[in-house]
Amino acid sequence: MNPPSPAPAAGPAWALRCRGLHRHLGQGEGRVHVLKGVSFEAERGQVYAIVGPSGCGKSTLLYLLGLLDRPDEGEIEINGRRMSNHDDAARTAARGEHIGFVFQFHFLMLEFTALENVMMPMRKLGRLSPAAMRERAHALLDSVGLGAKTHRLGTQLSGGEQQRVAIARALANQPAILLADEPTGNLDVRNSNLVFDLLTRLAKDNGQAVVLVTHNPEIAQRCDVTRPMRDGLFV
Amino acid sequence: MTSPNLRIAYRFLTAKKRAMVMSLSCTVLGVGLFIVTQATTSGFERFFTKTILGINGAIRIEDKIQDTMRSMAAAGGGDSHFGRRDGVKYIEGIEEPQALMAAVREFANVRGVSAVVRGNVQLQSAFKAEDAQVFGIRLEDHVRVSDLAEQVTNGSLEDFRNSPTGALVGRVLADRLQLGVGDSLVISARGASRRVQVAAIYETGYREVDKTNVYLHQPEARSLLKRPSGATFLQISLHDPARAPQDAARLEQVLRHSVKPWQEREKTWLAVFRALRISTMITVSVFTLIASLAMFNTLAMIVLEKTKDIAILRSMGYERRDVTRIFLWQAGIVLAVGAVAGALLGAMVTWLVSQVPLPINGIFKTDRFIVTWDVSHYAGAVLTAVVMVMVASLIPARRAARLEPGDIVRGTAQ
Ligand SMILES: Nc1ncnc2c1ncn2[C@@H]1O[C@H](COP(=O)(O)OP(=O)(O)O)[C@@H](O)[C@H]1O
Ligand SMILES: [Mg+2]
Repeated sequence: MNPPSPAPAAGPAWALRCRGLHRHLGQGEGRVHVLKGVSFEAERGQVYAIVGPSGCGKSTLLYLLGLLDRPDEGEIEINGRRMSNHDDAARTAARGEHIGFVFQFHFLMLEFTALENVMMPMRKLGRLSPAAMRERAHALLDSVGLGAKTHRLGTQLSGGEQQRVAIARALANQPAILLADEPTGNLDVRNSNLVFDLLTRLAKDNGQAVVLVTHNPEIAQRCDVTRPMRDGLFV
Repeated sequence: MTSPNLRIAYRFLTAKKRAMVMSLSCTVLGVGLFIVTQATTSGFERFFTKTILGINGAIRIEDKIQDTMRSMAAAGGGDSHFGRRDGVKYIEGIEEPQALMAAVREFANVRGVSAVVRGNVQLQSAFKAEDAQVFGIRLEDHVRVSDLAEQVTNGSLEDFRNSPTGALVGRVLADRLQLGVGDSLVISARGASRRVQVAAIYETGYREVDKTNVYLHQPEARSLLKRPSGATFLQISLHDPARAPQDAARLEQVLRHSVKPWQEREKTWLAVFRALRISTMITVSVFTLIASLAMFNTLAMIVLEKTKDIAILRSMGYERRDVTRIFLWQAGIVLAVGAVAGALLGAMVTWLVSQVPLPINGIFKTDRFIVTWDVSHYAGAVLTAVVMVMVASLIPARRAARLEPGDIVRGTAQ
C-alpha cells in the first residue's frame, strides 16, 4: 500500500547488506583472491550461520562486515548507510554504535576484570551514567552465566569463560548487528547451547541481526538461515 | 568520571612494572638533578652578582666622549688625558660630577649615585709598604651604591664617618700590612703623603678588591691626589640591576659619557658562570634523555604486546586518537609521578647541598655551598622532562594508532 520509504525505522530493515565483496590477501607471489564477490544480507531479529571448510574466507568476510577491514571491491551497508568508502572515523563510530564483534581467538583485555571488559565499549560510547553502565554490565555477565565472576581478571578466567565475557561485551552497546567468529568453538556442549540460546534470544528480543561463523552443524541447523561458503563464495 | 583512556593507560603501564620503574626513576633523577644543578650554579652566580654589585654598583660612568673630529684636532695629540677606543674618542674623567649626578638622578631606575676620585698610591705601615688604590668617596652617597655598610668586619662605619682622616682598608691589604683598627699608616702619591688611621676593615670576598682598595673621605683624597675638582667616575646603583644595559645605553646617549653596565664589566665571570650552568644542564639532561629513551622503549614494548588489545579497542569503537592518547597518557602518568618525585628529590638534595661546608674566598666569600630556591628551576626541569619524554613517546603512540585492526586480527600486523 505504501511506497517503499527510505526512512530508517520503516521496512524489513536490513541491518547489514553487502554486495560483490572482493578481498585479496598477501603480497606479490603470495597474493590470494580470498573473497570473490560475496553478497549477503542480514535482517533484524534473525540469526545467520556461515558455514564452510577452514580457509574458505569466513573470517575474512566477517572482518569486512565488522568494518575492521576494507574490501578491495564491493559495498557494505550498515543500517542502510553505505560504509565501505567512509573514512576511518565514521567506520570506527559505526563499529562502536552498531556492531558487536566476537573474535575467533583473542577475546579479552587481560589486565581488566570481566566487568571492566564489558563496560569498555559503554565507556567509549558514553551514553549511560557510570552506575547504569555497571548495572548493565552485571546484567550481561549474569546472562552469560558469569554473574559470580565479574571481578575476575581476564587472566583468571578459562578460555570458555573469556569467550562468554567477550559475547557479553559485544552486546554492551545494544548493537544492531552482532558478528561472532566461531563463538562456541571453545565451549563444551552445555556452554555452547547456553551461548547460542543467549544469542538467539537477544536477536529475537532486541531485534538484533546475529551473524555467526560456526563449525558446529547442530548449531548451524538451529539458526534461521544457514549460508554455506566455499572458496570465497556462498554456494 | 576519569577518562577511559587514562584508565586503560594506567593498566597497560602497570602491567609492565619493571620497564615503567626504569623510565620513572630516570625521570625522577633527571628532574631532581636538573633542579639541584640549577640551584647550585645559579646560587653561586647570584652570589657573585650580589658581591660585585655591592662593590662596584650596577653602572659606572667615566670618561667624557669627545664630540667631534674637529674638537679632537683642536685638543691636539700631546694631551695625555686624551684616549681613543673603538673609534670613539674619550676625555678621561668627569669634569662636572654635580651636574652629571643631578641628571643621573632623573632616571627612574636609579637608586643612588656616588662620585668617586680614584688614584694609585703607596701605603706604608710600621711593618711594610704596599701599592694600593685610594677611592675618595662621600660616605652618604657611597653607601647607597654599595654594600660597604655590610662589608665592614672590624671597627665600624660610624668610626670612619666621624674621623676626617680615617681610612677603610680591605681585609687582605690590612693583613699584609699587619694593620688593625686604630693603627695609622702613611699614604703617598705624586710626591705628597698623608697620615691616616684605620677606621675600619672591610671584606668583600673579592680578593682583587680586598687587597687594593682603600676608601678615604673625598676631601682627604682630593688633597692627596692633587685633584681639587672633578671625579674619576660615578658609581650608580639601580632598583632593577637586570635593566642596567638598557639604562646604560640611555645614559650614554644623554650624558655623552662612557657608561658601562655591570654585565659588560663582569662579562668574563658571567660567561664562566653561564658556561658552567649550561654544561651542567647538558650533563644532567643526559638523565632526562635516558628517561625519554626508556619511555620510548617501554611504550614500544607495550605497543607490541598489546596489539590484540588495540584491535579489540578499535573494534569497540575506540578511535585512532584514543589509541594515541592511551599511549601518551602512559608517558603522562610517568611524567606526573616523575615530576613530583623529582621535584621533591631536587628540593631535598638542594637543601642537603646547602648544608655542605665549603669555604670559598676569591671572587666572593662564603663558608657554605650556595643555592638558590627558584620556582623557575623546577618549572625548567619539569618542562625539559615533559618535552623530551613526550617527543619520544609520540613515535610509539602514533605507530599504535596507525595499526589496522584488520591486519592485527589476521596476524599480519608488523
Ligand atoms: N595475510 C594473508 N596472506 C595471504 N593469505 C591469507 C592471509 N590471511 C589469510 N589468508 C588466507 O585467506 C584464506 C581465508 O582465511 P580465513 O578467512 O581466515 O578463513 P576461515 O575463517 O574461513 O577459516 C585462507 O586460505 C588463508 O590462508
Ligand atoms: Mg576463521
